[in-house]
Amino acid sequence: MVGLALPLVLLTFNVNQPVSAQGSAKELIGAGATFPFPLYSKMFDEYHKEKGIQVNYQSIGSGGGIKQLENKTVDFGASDAPLSDEEMKAMPGPVIHIPTCLGAVMITYNLTGSPKLKLTPDVIADIFLGKITKWNDKRLTSLNPTAKLPNLDITVIHRSDGSGTTYVFSDYLSKVSSVWKTKPGTGKALDWPVGIGAKGNEGVGGMVKQTPGSIGYVELAYVIQTHIPSALVKNKSGNFIEASLKSISASAAVTLPADLRVSLTNTEAKDGYPITSFTYILLYEKQAYGDRTMEKAKGTIELVNWMITKGQQFAEPLLYAPLPKKAAESAMSRLKLVTFNGKPLM
Amino acid sequence: MFLTLLVSSLPSIKALGWKFIYGKTWDPVSGEFGALSFLIGTLLTSTLALLISSPFSLTIGLFLGEYYPKGWFSSLLKNAVELLAGIPSVVYGFWGIYFIVPVVRSLEMKVGVAPYGVGILTASLILSIMIIPYSASLIRLVVSMVPESLKEAAYSLGATRFEVIRFIIIPYIRSGLSAGILLALGRALGETMAVTMLIGNTQAIPKSIFDTSDTMASVIANQFTEATGNVYFSALIETGLLLFVVTTIINIIGRNIIKRFES
Repeated sequence: MVGLALPLVLLTFNVNQPVSAQGSAKELIGAGATFPFPLYSKMFDEYHKEKGIQVNYQSIGSGGGIKQLENKTVDFGASDAPLSDEEMKAMPGPVIHIPTCLGAVMITYNLTGSPKLKLTPDVIADIFLGKITKWNDKRLTSLNPTAKLPNLDITVIHRSDGSGTTYVFSDYLSKVSSVWKTKPGTGKALDWPVGIGAKGNEGVGGMVKQTPGSIGYVELAYVIQTHIPSALVKNKSGNFIEASLKSISASAAVTLPADLRVSLTNTEAKDGYPITSFTYILLYEKQAYGDRTMEKAKGTIELVNWMITKGQQFAEPLLYAPLPKKAAESAMSRLKLVTFNGKPLM
Repeated sequence: MFLTLLVSSLPSIKALGWKFIYGKTWDPVSGEFGALSFLIGTLLTSTLALLISSPFSLTIGLFLGEYYPKGWFSSLLKNAVELLAGIPSVVYGFWGIYFIVPVVRSLEMKVGVAPYGVGILTASLILSIMIIPYSASLIRLVVSMVPESLKEAAYSLGATRFEVIRFIIIPYIRSGLSAGILLALGRALGETMAVTMLIGNTQAIPKSIFDTSDTMASVIANQFTEATGNVYFSALIETGLLLFVVTTIINIIGRNIIKRFES
């Protein structure tokens, strides 16, 4: 296993170089987040049919995508979380963030009768901190008076692999709980105070399904496809919101910062579900790097432009929340900043 | 390979020093990386798996090497055991989730510990099945290589079959036996997928065999793709280096044991 890991790293770092070094705009290369992969492959397939340009997207994980972009081996990277200030500094040039769609994290559980639970931010934080340990805890029963909550231990199930889902969930908990913020904090992999880890959404979902009295967090698409129960979560305005494509898009209907590097958890949006996030395409502001041609840079911008406009129609059927109008407009104005030797590309 | 691992681990070796080995906390958020709990998890599951599987591999080896070396039944058994080695480990993992986990969970309910179903015991059980073919086929080979003249001499002195096995065959195959067990241990130490699916992936030092834990191989598999930050990335590679070193040390110890038996 050890022997396998290293050649793999070398492979992913080098394999793209010869292709992207060529000037042809017939093929574009991207790498990164796994979360939007089904949507991106659909989009790129349609794009190929429409424009005859092949887009080769490798879903190697956000971390890998950022590294590939840093090494300039891809035309664009993709990440579920915006780059931190520290990561921005490590990049060889300024990086533009273009959101392409939204995802959400839902809370699922295994209780007999699958009652529809209502949860508040502090209760969620205390369950995952291990402070609420029983299902018939007063704070849970007072929120859910009609559900018959049993005298059963709560088993917390979290992701064992580094993941954008964990990042979004922990980012939310850090915002609503000061205890969570100091420890374990926000990250793709955490030092969890309680619970057991399972790999992937299907791992967490499967483990929750199997373990009576368990609670875990998974992506929206997984919940809808597998019909597992999920909780309503109280948002910042005090409304209990069920996660749906509509309530997820609604969460982004707030004033966004100019560079779009923003966390969408716990936003002010009245009808917005509180645990959501953008997923991003990352590209360099100054496209004339390495031996890139103008043609290639233009091809990249046209593709991203298509993704946030025409490509949006493919989001909903695949259970991704499309960008709200305002966010798409801000993304467009960001894209206009991209230049090639000082000349704007759109 | 050792050098590649070492060079890539340098950033974390510099940043963490010895704390990497004795530190208990693995917290990518605060940048604290201690692999002690993974080290213990790896050694514990592998040893336990070895203890569970050794009696089975020894009996299978003796049965196929001594009792029934030929015939349709033994060739069926032999092929079945060898087939175990060919099953992908993710399939073992799935089988473990749907078969062993419920069994362990009901056991845990009877014992009165938290009924997670996954944990050290579950991972060791699946590992023990996975490593049987490695030791069993080697043991079968050395058992069948015991000279007939030795066995016949014992029989002519009035020894029973059990006595032949106990006093002739087992002493004769000692080094082959330990080599087989060592081979199995090497396999158990590095096993990744099935263990990841069944061990519970908790970064804490286990207190009992029902506790959940994590192994070096599974933490690498889990976190490698999303490891951002130099020290984090390099700490994962250093975990690989540690696994490499542990495997080497165990191999050297094993080779010395074999040598001592041979002389």
